[in-house]
Amino acid sequence: MKTYKQINDRIESGKAVVLTAGEIMDYVDKKGLAAAAKEVDVVTTATFGPMCSSGCFLNFGHSKPKIRMSEAWVEDVLVYTGIAAVDVYLGATQLRHGDPANMYHPGEFRYGGGHVIEDLVAGKKLQLFALSYGTDCYPLRELRTYFTINDLNQAIMVNPRNCYQNYNVAVNDSDRTIYTYMGILEPERKNANYCSAGQLSPLLNDPYYDVIGVGTKVWLAGAHGHVYAEGTQHAGACERTPEGIPKGGAGTLALTGDMKQMRPEFVRGVTFRGYGVSLALGIGIPIPILNEDVLRRTCVRDRDIMAPVVDFSQDYPQNTGKVICYVSYEQLRSGQIEVEGKKIAVGSLSSYYKALRIANLLADEIRRGDFRLAEPIEPLAKDKKMKSLVTRKKPS
Amino acid sequence: MSQTVTKKLMLFFPRCECEKPIIYHLVKDYNLVVNIFRAKVTPEEEGYLVLDVTGTEEDIERALAFVKTFNVSINYSGKGVTRDENSCTHCGLCITHCPTGALRIGDKSTREVIYSEADCIECLACIRVCPFGALASAF
Repeated sequence: MKTYKQINDRIESGKAVVLTAGEIMDYVDKKGLAAAAKEVDVVTTATFGPMCSSGCFLNFGHSKPKIRMSEAWVEDVLVYTGIAAVDVYLGATQLRHGDPANMYHPGEFRYGGGHVIEDLVAGKKLQLFALSYGTDCYPLRELRTYFTINDLNQAIMVNPRNCYQNYNVAVNDSDRTIYTYMGILEPERKNANYCSAGQLSPLLNDPYYDVIGVGTKVWLAGAHGHVYAEGTQHAGACERTPEGIPKGGAGTLALTGDMKQMRPEFVRGVTFRGYGVSLALGIGIPIPILNEDVLRRTCVRDRDIMAPVVDFSQDYPQNTGKVICYVSYEQLRSGQIEVEGKKIAVGSLSSYYKALRIANLLADEIRRGDFRLAEPIEPLAKDKKMKSLVTRKKPS
Repeated sequence: MSQTVTKKLMLFFPRCECEKPIIYHLVKDYNLVVNIFRAKVTPEEEGYLVLDVTGTEEDIERALAFVKTFNVSINYSGKGVTRDENSCTHCGLCITHCPTGALRIGDKSTREVIYSEADCIECLACIRVCPFGALASAF
């Protein structure tokens, strides 16, 4: 048994033993669970992939004369202004003004909210255009200016849903190519796409949310952020393997962090042809090895994690809930899965390569004493189920 | 007989050279086997051509010297499809769309995606698939 304080003391003294979620299994196999639990302080987990429910609050400061922005665009991408005068929220999936979207199918979606966020973090000069109805205290009616992230008072990433615990494997059962947020899917199950860092992924290393909770400190694209709430659609009460690993989406995290501390290589705009835009983010979460139980759960391997194969031509859009079968991440990473007797080539939306890099970067930061752990102030719910939206007739 | 080799080239034909049958001469006069992957004449009447040439080192050398007597530029390295190393996140979404395995997992442990230009047949499938715009066509 270890406490957060003991682990943080060891981090501070530069003596913490830190391994990545990719290294820990072999280490425990070699040393034994009990000895390893005593020795290891932290296991680092990570993920890098598209996370649509992301965005940021920006505060521009006041112009002379002042404006209460009622509509505003950054690089022609609409931002939400229904908050204080010069605060806006910029969302990852917002399209650029005038983007023809899917009018000429499949649309190209070259630039949108996610790309603006990437450009902001990269320090590029961006255009702000704002309109107002004018008030006595905020008389300016129109404003166009150019700014970088350094000109802003705050640029705070606030993501309602990141780090999906597990995810679907998408296939296409129809006879035409479909364009989805899981990529381009060729007809007749010619390809399959998945999106998870598997054995490296944060919540797959803490399947029952024993240590990751509200208040947990995270590495958000290089910034030191934290979990501020359970993520939207968090649904821990899902089907699980006998070892407790969710067999579908399950848990999610709401994350926040200071964009001025972020590194551009881990904040990347995403384009899905025929679907839209999004933002890919790099996230690392340290798992404090408080006891043997926590350590044992970080030893999860790709072969132990099952993902549901779902048809994105009918079953996903029609919300039927049908799962064709389950495949392991070990099978997915082999580049080929077998579904109902047919071999299907597999691609990934999530970058294991970048996730591994993040797990190592975070491990190095902790070893250097530059990243201390925070004890959660509230656990994540284990018993929540996902609700569907009921479309009702107007009550009479 | 000396050994044959295969070289992948990209040729750029300025407006004035587009109407000359240069490739015909590579076959007829220099004994080269040519395999054209992609060719395009732009509205400005400039031409791009990406091809493999197979022949003896000597024949290829003589042929390229012949090509150079025209106003044609020869690109030996950067071909018709390039990958921006900074933009690529190595997610691997392109891999199933690449028919020749030019884009593939290079190292099983890091899952780094490598791009082998020599294996690319310039079908351009990857360009429309890449979420990060990492792949681009020169023409």
